[in-house]
Formats: sequence, C-alpha cells, structure tokens
Amino acid sequence: MSLLRVEGLGKKFGGVNAVEDLSFAIAPGAVYSIIGPNGAGKTTLLNLLTGVYRPSAGQILFQEQDLTGRAPYEYARQGIARTFQNLQIFFNMSALENVMVGRYMQERCGLASALLHSPRLARAERACREEAAELMRYVGLQDYLSSVSDAMPYGALKRLEIARALATAPKLMLLDEPAAGLNPTEALELDDLIGRLSDRGVTVVLVEHNMRLVMGVSDQILVLDYGRKLAEGPALTVRNDPKVIEAYLGSAITPETPYGGDVARAVAVAVEMQR
Amino acid sequence: MLARPMLQRLASPRTGGLLALAAVIALLPLALRNSYFYDVAILVGLNAIVCIGLNLLIGYAGQISLGHAGFFGLGAYGSAILASRYGWPPTAALLATTLAVAVLAFIVGRPILRLRGHYLAMATLGLGIIIFMIITTEDKFTGGPDGISVVPFRIGGFVLQGEHIWYWVVGALLLVAVWLALNLIESPAGRALRALHSSEVGAEVVGINAAEHKLMVFVISAVYASVAGSLAAHYSGFVTPGKVAFLHSIELVTMVVFGGLASTFGAVVGAAVLTTLPQLLATFEDYEMMVFGAVMIGTMIFLPRGVVPSLARLFKSRRSAAADGNAEKT
Repeated sequence: MSLLRVEGLGKKFGGVNAVEDLSFAIAPGAVYSIIGPNGAGKTTLLNLLTGVYRPSAGQILFQEQDLTGRAPYEYARQGIARTFQNLQIFFNMSALENVMVGRYMQERCGLASALLHSPRLARAERACREEAAELMRYVGLQDYLSSVSDAMPYGALKRLEIARALATAPKLMLLDEPAAGLNPTEALELDDLIGRLSDRGVTVVLVEHNMRLVMGVSDQILVLDYGRKLAEGPALTVRNDPKVIEAYLGSAITPETPYGGDVARAVAVAVEMQR
Repeated sequence: MLARPMLQRLASPRTGGLLALAAVIALLPLALRNSYFYDVAILVGLNAIVCIGLNLLIGYAGQISLGHAGFFGLGAYGSAILASRYGWPPTAALLATTLAVAVLAFIVGRPILRLRGHYLAMATLGLGIIIFMIITTEDKFTGGPDGISVVPFRIGGFVLQGEHIWYWVVGALLLVAVWLALNLIESPAGRALRALHSSEVGAEVVGINAAEHKLMVFVISAVYASVAGSLAAHYSGFVTPGKVAFLHSIELVTMVVFGGLASTFGAVVGAAVLTTLPQLLATFEDYEMMVFGAVMIGTMIFLPRGVVPSLARLFKSRRSAAADGNAEKT
C-alpha cells in the first residue's frame, strides 16, 4: 500500500497550468525525489501536497484518506511535515523555541492550563525542551542550542527547519531544495542526514537540483517538465531516459557530445550552469 | 548548588519580573503624596491591564486592532447599565458583561481576522466606531453623550470606595493580568502565536490552526479590555463616551508600541509613561501636546523597539561586552 497517492492532480494560476494531470504514488519508507528544470512545478507540487495551495483538479490521498482541499495544519496533523526553499524560520524566537513549536501537536493543551501554567504543563514544557534539544543535536546543531535564530548562518537555518519538521513526528517529510546554498561539505552531511531520516522510518520526498545528492539517495525519481510527468522510476532508469536529458539540455545527447556518454554528469553540469 | 537555578529563575520574566512589579506596586504608595497621585496610579494600572491584553494581540500575534476602546467601553457601559439601572450585584454585572464581550469578540473576530495588515486595521477601526455610535445614540440605556453614573463596586457587604482601596485592588489585578499573560506566552499556545506572527505558513505546516489562535488571542485581549473598562466605571463612578472613542483606541496602541511590542512589562511601562506624562507636562500648559509629541518621536528614534526591549538589549550587549573584556584580561 502506498503512503501517499496523487491522482490527476492539477493546479492552474490564471490560465497557466503549473501542475497538470499528475498521478504518482509513494511507498512507505522510500526516498522519493522530484526533479525537473526551473519552473517545472516542483515547489507548486510541494505546496499542493501540504495544503498550502488548493488543487484545481485531482485528489491527494494520504494513507488512503482523502486530504484534498484541507488546510495545511490538517495535513500536518495527518503526519506530513515539510521544509521550505525560502526559509520560514520564526525569527522572533530562539533556535530551540523554533524546534519546540514543532512539538505543538503533541504538546498543545487547554487554554486554562496554559493561562494558569498547570504543573502538568510545566513538566510537559521541560520534556519538550529536552526533546527539542535532542533533535537539534540529531541534525548537527549542537553548537546552536542557546542561539537566537536570526544570528545563525544559512546552512544552520536549513537544518533548523529539518529539526522543526522532525519535531512533528512525521510519517512523510518533504524537503524543498535542502542542499541549495550549502557548501560541498554541508551537502555531504545532508546526504547522511537524509539516510538517517529514512532509517528512522520517515518517508522522504526530496525536491533538489543537486544531482549527486538525488542520484545517491533516491529510491524513486519523478521528473517534471511544464507541470507534467516526464518520467518516473529508479535513478538509473531516469538518468538514461532521453526525454529527461532533452528536458534538461534542450536536445538529445549522443556519445559524441562533450563528456562522452556520461549523461548523468552532463545533466549535473547542465544544472550547475542553469543556476 | 541550588543558588544557580534560583538565580536563573529570579532573572526570568515570570518569577523575577513579577516580583519586581509586585515590589514596585507595594512601595509606590510611599511616593504617592495625596489622592490625586493615587488616582493617576490607578489609571495607570487600568490602562496597563488593557495594554497587556492588546500586546498579546499586537505584539505577540502580530494582529493590529484599532478598536479596543470599543471593548473597554462595552465593559464600562455593560457594568454601569446592569449594576446601576437594573440593580444587578456588581460582581454578577462584571461577569455577565465580560462573558458577553467575549462572545461578541468571538463572533466578529472570525470574519475580521481573516483580513491582514491595513485591512484588519480598517475593520477593527470600523468595529470601534460602531460601538461608539451605538453607545452615544442609545441614550435610553447609556445616557448618550452625557454618560451615566455608576454605583460603587461591592462584594457582599464590603464596598470598594476611595483611592486607597482601589489602588490595592487594581495593583493586585495588574499582577494577575501580567502573570496570566506571561504564562500564556510561555505555553504551546503562546509559542504558536509568536510563530504565526513570524510565518503563518511555517506555523500551519507544523499543525497550528492559525485562524483559531488569532481568534483566541483576539477574545482574550477583548476580555482584558472589558474587565478594565468595568473596573474603571465602578472606580470613577461615572462613564462617558469619551473612553469609547477612536482616540482612546489610538492611545492604547501607542502605549503598547511605546513600551515595546512583544514585551508584557513593556506594555505596563508604556501605559505608565503615557498616562503620567500628560499630567507631568501640565506645567507646559499650551505647549503640553507639543512636548508630548516630541517625547514620543524621540523615544521611537532612540529606542526603536520600544522602551523595555530596547533597554533590555542595550543592557545585554553592555554586559556581554564587559564579560568579553574580562575574558580577555584573564
């Protein structure tokens, strides 16, 4: 049984189809990557899968439950968490508090209890603080436990979003370009982190331009172009698919083109050039 | 071993700040020479209660309201009408009025809080004006522009009268108001409010229902204003539409911004300064409002985050600079 199933999904902005007639399914425990040229509709798709956008057509089923048209917080309550390409950090709070916000669903309590700071809440708050600190260590933010979020470097903020998303104890985690803006060392550490998420039993959806990362960690890759499915399959199949290569490079690559027949490398270089 | 956590607790706003505020309230009467001084202190306390609630809405949740004088007025007139016209016991009148205002805020808050920024400001402004219009025109109940007199507050056989008693009552209630607000801010619900202030979509995707939280804090802030309004009516023994007017809403927002957004003690300081300043400036006579304006502009230029957060930041950076200096020496 699939964890997430999308059927005939579409999103129009005015007359433009950002996502069109898209169907796919994600198996539990997988690392499922979504790639495609800029403007292919990847982030739109992620916004649809978290309720940030309402689809114009189609259905989104999570664990066979129809979530189409629900609010983002309802997606979160079903166990879908995400990070953002353009960070959505709560800059008015400390780093630790950002992660604590992620514990909201487990921790929320009645208004009376909050206003009176009941002993039960005080205990829960201490536990929440500990768990948030633990998650920060898990993503490698042990040096920022007492930091203010607006004083942290970009790479650390990206991890902070991952920690916050993890704090919601998700079944499915959507990462929107987690490697963008990271240096090579940080990107390598991200490899490792995604692997560990998967080991934790979290299903990962990865939207990413860094092809080395995508090819290395993905079980399944979905290629989007102009909002439509161009190809889907394991890394090896996808990277040798002529349609995919054409979408990225504009024309088919033959062994005579530069970089020999190493299409994967050509794709990666092309993507680098695009940025 | 025990000393360190104890010291840390004392430095925290909830324990340390509350103790400091309690000390100020306890010691202030030493400086209050006559009943006029007490009167100003009580006004400060009542304004501070409104501002603490308003700050939860504006400072923490990031939602503007230019209509809070309306809720203050509804509290005042509700208590006045029920207790004086219909002879309800003042406690019952206060509770019924507060409940009614909470329900009203709940009903009107739902559509209004869908709006953002300027539009929310306009809608709350409109709400305040409607309340003002109703109060000035329904003179059968409200006495219209002339206002109505209000019976003193009594609980059982005990009558609350005179500045001295009111000072301690308002002081105690102010402490309770601060304590409740600090508790809320440090709770999951409070973090949710601060989160949606910073990024609504970021808050939603971790499971926070932003609309529900905005509505909750709107109702809480209306209740704070209403309770203060009821008490103000019983204390002064008379209510007029002046305190319901738009200008009073602006004064309240100004106090919150002046003291410091997202700082509960800032709201108290803002209320204290902006309530007493006009009294102190009375010596300037004709130039009073000009000096008042100059003080406001100067403060916002030199303490742009509001008095309390700006000074706290200054103090913190001084202290860490001093600590760095010491570290270099050793």
